[in-house]
Parts: sequence; structure tokens; C-alpha cells
Amino acid sequence: MSATRAAVPPKQRSAGVGDRPVDGRRGSTLLRHLAVALAVGLALVAVSYAVEPFRNFQLATVAAYLCATAGLTVLTGLNGQLSLGHGALMAVGAYTVALCQTAFLDRGMTGGWLLAVSLVAAIVSTVAVGAVVGVAAARLRGPYLAGVTLAVAVVVPALAVTFDGVFNGEQGLSVPVEPPPMALGAYFPYERWQLWLSGAATLLALVLLANLIRSRYGRTFRAVRDDEVAARLAGIHVARTQVLAFVVSAATAGLGGALLAVLAQSVSPGAFSLTLSLFLLMAVVIGGLGRLAGALWGAVLLVALPDLTHSVTELFTLSPAVAQRLEGNLPLAIFGITLIVVMIAAPGGVQGVLSRLGRALLARWPARRS
Amino acid sequence: MHRTAQRGLAIASTIALLIAAAGCSGDDGGSSSGGASVPGVTDTEIVVGTHMPLTGPASAGYSKIAPATKAYFDYVNANGGVHGRKITYKIMDDGYNPANTQQVVRQLVLQDKVFAVLNGLGTPTHTGVLDFLKTNRVPDLFVASGSRSWDQPDKYPGTFGFNPDYTVEGKILANYVKANHAGQKVCFLGQDDDFGRDSLVGVEKVLGAGGVAVKQTYVTSNTNVAPQIGAFKAAGCQVVVLATVPGFTALSVGTAARLGFKPQWLVSNVGGDHPTLAKQLGEAAPLLEGMVGANYLPMQNDTANPWIQLFTKINKEHNGDAPFDGNTVYGMSVGYLFVQVLLAAGKDLTREKVLTAVQKGGFQGPGLAPLRFSDKDHSGYGGQRLTRVSGGAQTYFGPTYETDEEDGPVTEFSTAPVAPPANGVPTVS
Repeated sequence: MSATRAAVPPKQRSAGVGDRPVDGRRGSTLLRHLAVALAVGLALVAVSYAVEPFRNFQLATVAAYLCATAGLTVLTGLNGQLSLGHGALMAVGAYTVALCQTAFLDRGMTGGWLLAVSLVAAIVSTVAVGAVVGVAAARLRGPYLAGVTLAVAVVVPALAVTFDGVFNGEQGLSVPVEPPPMALGAYFPYERWQLWLSGAATLLALVLLANLIRSRYGRTFRAVRDDEVAARLAGIHVARTQVLAFVVSAATAGLGGALLAVLAQSVSPGAFSLTLSLFLLMAVVIGGLGRLAGALWGAVLLVALPDLTHSVTELFTLSPAVAQRLEGNLPLAIFGITLIVVMIAAPGGVQGVLSRLGRALLARWPARRS
Repeated sequence: MHRTAQRGLAIASTIALLIAAAGCSGDDGGSSSGGASVPGVTDTEIVVGTHMPLTGPASAGYSKIAPATKAYFDYVNANGGVHGRKITYKIMDDGYNPANTQQVVRQLVLQDKVFAVLNGLGTPTHTGVLDFLKTNRVPDLFVASGSRSWDQPDKYPGTFGFNPDYTVEGKILANYVKANHAGQKVCFLGQDDDFGRDSLVGVEKVLGAGGVAVKQTYVTSNTNVAPQIGAFKAAGCQVVVLATVPGFTALSVGTAARLGFKPQWLVSNVGGDHPTLAKQLGEAAPLLEGMVGANYLPMQNDTANPWIQLFTKINKEHNGDAPFDGNTVYGMSVGYLFVQVLLAAGKDLTREKVLTAVQKGGFQGPGLAPLRFSDKDHSGYGGQRLTRVSGGAQTYFGPTYETDEEDGPVTEFSTAPVAPPANGVPTVS
């Protein structure tokens, strides 16, 4: 019995939801993910030309949220740790990018590569914060863990207000971003460039996450989630695994927040309130917990819902007062109702329903062909 | 294999969904543009948009501004519109949260293709979209805030203010303190952003750097001002200047009463509308007695004023007879100015012509103070008149003052305001 035991591929497939067939093609996992990422990347570029600027901006926002929801899926879905504080971790990334970009500008440094430096800095600082919270989280269970992460979600935006000399209070900071490179032409739409930036960063993060999930670490994550005692008996260092999961998911949340800040060209505590943390968690649950594809549906929902409610309220000719009340509160209500409906009707979330459909189709297909 | 297939399916359906969405919106764009090259302008329609806090901590009072502006536009539309075009006003809720403002303003500009953003409300919220509006060359007219940020013609050529600069207002309020409360201890509570800071600059320009004994700030996300008010009480403040939004004016006055603290309140125009505050305070409304404020538009209870008569009529006909207060007057005044600008820009409407028309200036409307638009000055009204609450009603007293945002003196402005046109719609001058 040693820690390496966990690295040995399981001979028999367990019936767990998260486990994947290995098919003896372990070496190709990275290549397969890269191929999928490349295909999605090309599709994104095609889509970015096909749709109008506002859709590009929305897609870029989806990509930014996807970073955070994917990390949260790994943490909550695969490792079984609940976090109500991921919005705050996004804020850490966002403020880091704002401070870095401003510092670069103040020193007269320009160039497209600086944004990459800022994004990496955002990830590093979020990893640091995530490690601290993660160490605390590894010692806590259930409601206590929820409580600590909740506190993080409340405290971090408040810090921006307390140290307003650095963070400029509720007004927040602006994020100076370079225009698209001249090589793309003088009239290259800015929103398309934003989608490229945010899409590329998110795809990279997703490839890394997907590989991590398929690796021995992914298996230890799941083992810890399913039964801590059994995992410990199998030689897995439970606390270390939990901290690792928290750090990984914090890093992606930081990147997501940083991308959001770059997209909005500004950052303020209002953008990273407790509501955002709760929305993120609801989004991954509705999307389908434990699968990266579920995180995608969650991210889409986060962007589409406010837009949808606005259109809905516009459809009805309501008195101004009623319309005002609805517009602010309807997204919350719809989100809540969707969550309840999904929990009752499809516990696997949107992705669960889709993959069940897909499996049913596939089961019929070969039968017909043979 | 199943995995890849599943993932493929997921990706395929996402792309299909996105393209479907793009297809829908593409149709929208095609049908509404009608061949015109100016965004938001057709032969029959002008689409403008705004962002307002319809919900959230700053919605008290402010949520009534945009509907009032819309009501005025509806009135103009019912009277034939501007150069034959009807004005469509798209109102987006941002909850006074800068992050939401980013989203909704992009939606207005990129998706709804508005001609201009009119009267976007809030210092922290609007600051975040200045650069976006500039890079997209969208006229950013008559921002509903007195931050000096709007008055930067070189940096933001398309942005114009409406309210008097908070520094101008601070100087006028402090001028009153200097004349009537000399020797008393003056304290200041401001919102923790450019609103509070600009206002404090104005107050200190008149009272001197040491003229304000205790300075406190608040943030809209924390609805507890007991520490700040407590500090004022402990320091023995006799005069408190408030650069607050209505919700926090009410909160401050209420908290002070709870602490048994009764200073002379001086309130910024944006947070000093008596009907709004009285509604917030409910039974405690008598606490507002004696409050001094500033304003530059006709007082909503001055029924003899022809502008108020006009606006009351429009409010009845086009705004569902909503409670009539300073916000209603404000919203309709913005609408009146915008229609004046559209008329001055001429029949062949373009964004450049609108900006040229604003910079040419010479607009006269309901305001008591001068509108000083020029190519060098993008701030809004240049002065204010003081108000006092007595007997449960807010009334003007003393002369109208004007001043600049620098070290210029506070002087009286004696030009009388004009009367509204007979049918309530401005004509080409």
C-alpha cells in the first residue's frame, strides 16, 4: 500500500459517474484533448466572424465564466468540497490584472505580451489566496466549509472598500488594455479580439483541467469525494488532495475573473458580490455537476439569463413601476426556480440529460448499421 | 468512443445554438436599420438608450427619472416627433453596479444600436463606460451626475454633463455656510467616489483647507452610517454637509435622530429632493424640517410655474400620473434639452451634428442657472439656488448663484428663466 497505488489504472471499471473508460489509450489523452480544443478553437474563430459584436462580447463573457465554473466543477463535483467563495477568488484575479495593467501603463510599457504577464500574475496571486483558503478548507466539512468560503465571499469585496487608496472603493479600477494588434487590420472589431483572447485562455485552462481529471490526481480527487476513509486506506493523503483541488480551482477562478476584468476594462467590488459566488454554484449544479461540459451550460446560463429576462419584461406592456421591480429580481427568481426544477427532474443537470439522450441515440445507431 | 461522441454532440449543439442566436439577431439588425447609415436613426425613428438604477441601493427616487424622460418623449412623439421622427427611449437597469453598467451599455450600443446614450446615471457607474462610448463614437449626452469627469473635452469629446459639477455645488453650499454659520463646526459626509471627493473639494475651496472639522465617507453597499454620524456627534459638529444619494440622506438624518444629534443639514442636489426623502423616512419625515439644499430646476411644488404646469400635464397623460417630485422634473428637463439638441442638429441627423449642436450651446429651458456648453466646456448647469424645507415643503430662497469649479468667486446670476413654448415642444431657434 503506497501512494503510487492510486496511479495504477483500475483493472475493472467502477460504476462511479465520474469514472471514464481508459481503453488502454492513456498516451493519447493529451493529444485527444488538444485535438478537441483545436476543433473548438477553429469553430470559435468561425463563429466570431459569423456573429455581430455584441454576441462576440457575450461569448467572450461566457468563456470567462466558463473558466470559473469549470474550476468549481472540479472542486465541488469531483472532489466534493463546497465553495461559496469563488466569486471572491475571481475578484482577486480581476484586481491583480487591473493593478498590473495600470502599473505597466504608468511605467510607459506597452505591448500585447504584457496582458499575458498580467494574466499569469492574476493566476499566481489567486493560487496564493486559494492555498490559504484551501488549507483551512481541508480541515473543515459540510456546513463549516460553506461558512468559511462564504466569509471569503463577503470579506474580499469589503477589502476593496476598506483599502480604497489602492482599490478605489466601490468605483473600482479601470483596466487599460491594448487594442487588437495592427496585423489584424485597423478596423478589426474589438469585441472579436476580446472573444479570441478570452476563448484562447479558457481553452488552454480547459485542456489542462481535462487532463488533470483523467490523471492519477483526478482519480484521487474522486476517491476522496466518494469515501475519505477508503481513500486514506488506499494511501491517499486526503488533506493534500483537497488543498490541491482547491488551489487548481482557485487558479481557474482567478483566470476567469481576470478575463472578466479585461473584457469589461474595469473592475469593481460590485461585480464580484456574494450573489456572483452563489450564482456560480447554482450554475454548475444546473449545468451538471462533475463534468466540464456541465460547466459550459452553467456559464452560458449566467450570461443568457439576465438578457433573457430583459427581453421577457420588454414583451409585456407593464406599468413602469412593475417592470422596474421585475427586471432586477426576475433573474434571481428564474435562477432559483430553474435550480429546483433541475434538481427534481434531472439531478444530473443539463449535461446529464444531454448525455442520456446521446447514449440512447448511440445505442440505437450501431444496431441499425449492422 | 462514447465520450468523444458525447462531447462532439455537446459542442455541435452549442455551435448550432449560437448560430441560431446569431441568425435571429442578424435579422433584427437588418430590419431596423432600414438602409440608414447612422446607428439608431431611420426616417421615422431615433433610438436612444440609458442606464439607470431601477433597483438596488440608489434606486430610491432615481428610478423615476428615466420614465419621466420617456414620458416627455412620448408627449413629443404624440405631437409629431422631431423632424418627423419619433424618439424611442430604451431604459436599462444597472442596479447602480458598475459591472452591470458595462453589460447593459454594451447591449445598448452593440445590440440595440442606439444613436446616443442619454442621461446615464451615476458617477461610479458611468465612469466605467466612458472609454467604451468614446471608442465607439457614441454621443454620451447629459450624464446624470455632477462629476467633473464629464467635462474633459480633449479626452472625451462626446461626453457632456447635465448637473452642475459637484465642486460648483460644494462651493455654493459652503458659501451659504460661510455667510450664515460662521464660526460653527462644519463636518462632511460624502460618497466614497468622485461624487463625494469633488464635492469636498468645492466645500474646502470656500471654507479653506481646515474649514471642515470631520470628514467621513460611506459606501452604498453598507447601509449602516451610525459610525460616521456617531463621529460627527462626538466631535460636536453643528453643520453637516451631505454629498449623498437620497437613500443615504434619509439614512443619515434618521440615524442622527436616533443618536439624538441635531445639526444643520446641507444636502447636495442629487440627494436633497424633499418628496423622495419624505417617502423614505415615512413618519419621521418632520426630521427634514430646516434642511438646506440646492437646486437649479423649477421646484415641483411651485404650481404657479409654467414649466411645472406643463410637466404635471405630461405626467398625467404619459406617465400614469406617477407621484410628481424633483426626479420627474429632472427627467422631463433632460428630455426637453435633448429635443432642443435634436432640433438644432437638423433634419439630416448624424452623431457629429449632434455634438456640434451641443457645443454651439445657447440652450434655454426650465433651468434657473445657465447652461454653458461650448467646445471648451462640457459641464452642465453652471449654478444653483438654495432651498429650505419649512412647514413640510421645500422652497427656494435667496438668489441663484453661479461659479466655476476653480477658485472663482460665487456670484449672483440674475437672468430670469424663460417660459416654455405654448405646446410644450421646443422649436428650432
